[in-house]
Amino acid sequence: MSVSDRSSPGANGLLRLYIAGDAPGAHRALANRLRIMEELAGEVEIQVVDVLAHPDEAERTGILATPTLSDESTTPPRRLIGDISNIAQVLDYFGYRKKDSGYDHS
Amino acid sequence: MTTAEEILIDPVLERVRTGIEAFDDLVMGGLPRGRTTIVGGTPGSGKTVFATQFLAHGITVLDEPGVFVTFEESPVEIEVNMASFGWDIRRWRENNKLVFVDASPRDHDQMIVGHFDLSGLLTRVLHAARNAAAKRIVLDSVTQLFDHFVAEQTSVRRELLRIATALKREGLTVLMTAERNSEYGEISRHRIEEFVADNVVILRNALDRERRRRTIEVLKMRGSRHVEGEVPITLVVKQGIVAVPLSSLRLEQQSSTTRVTSGNPELDRMCGGGFFRDSVTLVSGATGTGKTLLVTNFLAGGAAAGERALLVGYEESRGQLFRNARGWGVDFEAMEADGRLKVVCIYPEAQNLPDHLLMVRELVEEFKPDRIAIDSLSALERIAPETGFREFLISLTSFIKKHEIAGLCTATNKSLVGGQSASEQHISTLTDSIILLRYIQDRDFMHRGIMVLKMRGSEHDKQIRRFTIDGAGMHLGQPFDGAPDVFGDSAASLR
Repeated sequence: MSVSDRSSPGANGLLRLYIAGDAPGAHRALANRLRIMEELAGEVEIQVVDVLAHPDEAERTGILATPTLSDESTTPPRRLIGDISNIAQVLDYFGYRKKDSGYDHS
Repeated sequence: MTTAEEILIDPVLERVRTGIEAFDDLVMGGLPRGRTTIVGGTPGSGKTVFATQFLAHGITVLDEPGVFVTFEESPVEIEVNMASFGWDIRRWRENNKLVFVDASPRDHDQMIVGHFDLSGLLTRVLHAARNAAAKRIVLDSVTQLFDHFVAEQTSVRRELLRIATALKREGLTVLMTAERNSEYGEISRHRIEEFVADNVVILRNALDRERRRRTIEVLKMRGSRHVEGEVPITLVVKQGIVAVPLSSLRLEQQSSTTRVTSGNPELDRMCGGGFFRDSVTLVSGATGTGKTLLVTNFLAGGAAAGERALLVGYEESRGQLFRNARGWGVDFEAMEADGRLKVVCIYPEAQNLPDHLLMVRELVEEFKPDRIAIDSLSALERIAPETGFREFLISLTSFIKKHEIAGLCTATNKSLVGGQSASEQHISTLTDSIILLRYIQDRDFMHRGIMVLKMRGSEHDKQIRRFTIDGAGMHLGQPFDGAPDVFGDSAASLR
């Protein structure tokens, strides 16, 4: 991967989803996480971080709001705050295309 | 319901000392434990200093660890900025006495879609508090949190209330700073005080006649009493915020009946045997009437009686003062060499009034004088707004009396021949004694006249006496025959 690729969103296919325990927003975000991973058919992995269980991790990354979906492969990180219910918006923000759009992401 | 109300009016709320002594007095001993206090102020009013001092006092004096949640400066910036006040934040962090939650703006792209809460922040704050076993917590400033989520004000309000509630439940005493747009406008931006605060404190840094005037005011203390009104404060290196207490809070001075010499036996007789040990005397007169001479006598008389004397000069340099004294047969150099005298000269413009007051207080505590002379108050009046000057005088005179020091202050009349200056009007009720020095015209000759206008707690000579000045000092002569008008102008004087 060249340096210029760092600005390419989701280059390593890994996002992080910060949630807080079993709050209603967390449930919606977790459901939406599955939908997104399904849409992208294995192209992206979304790691779940429960800030209640890992406050140090939230401190390190500077998370204030939950849920937050974050792409930390870029500098600076790109973050989407909220329960990510609008899948198309999420994909667009992180620069992904749906598999069935015919666009060859690789 | 009743229990909640009972808690609200509980008169014995436990107090958390802030370490700002005179402020703690305003709020009956400190901030109520387990409550939320908003400290509002414009940029540069000292909010972060106040907040850090609150934590510092807990950590260094009362062994109460703290948490600092910063929404603006990074922890390292705060470490550096607060170092000049003598606070070793790095060491406290190493010893786990202070834990930071760094919520300062970080470099990231962010967009908000859909519902969210601030559980991330709350979790971090609670984690830090438990980690340090904290008793005190600062959030500086919550206004920045609103700015961070600028389109989501309702959510931030709701979440801030949730955070405040959670912190209270942990038994933490919470101090939140909030920004204000103007010194005398709305209490805080976003009206944070309305939904989250038990207590509201305002720091001001107002521009008054081209000078900064810092004050602190307690606006609201839920369920308990507090002293109302603005109190001057100043920022002091190695100390932090120092509130300058007003004497009206504590009128506890004892009245002494011990007399001390004015340094002039004839004047002592006019005063009924000298000045009182713990009294403040004002010498008022136009330029050249002999005020500085009276000051010199006062200092020399004290030194001769084995006392220590302090002179704070605002008008003349040390060189001038020493030369004047020599001209009247008084050797200041020898007195200083003996440790009987200390002369400090400073331009009034060099610092603000509260700083001048603190300087006098520090000098007194350090040198421990038996008498103090201040020459002149009028010079100080130049640099101060009227209200500030009156507060200064009240504080100064009460401080002098409380330390059982004999004080002599001078005031210069703008008019050469009588009339009252503003400082006279202020100080005449605050000082115990007033001595007037006046030019008095007698046909084609100008005399000097002296009179004791007021001498609290004592009989005194009511006559207006002539006096002359020569190489040996001041010599009192006969009373005037006619009735010179010492308050009016010279045209209406002796015929």
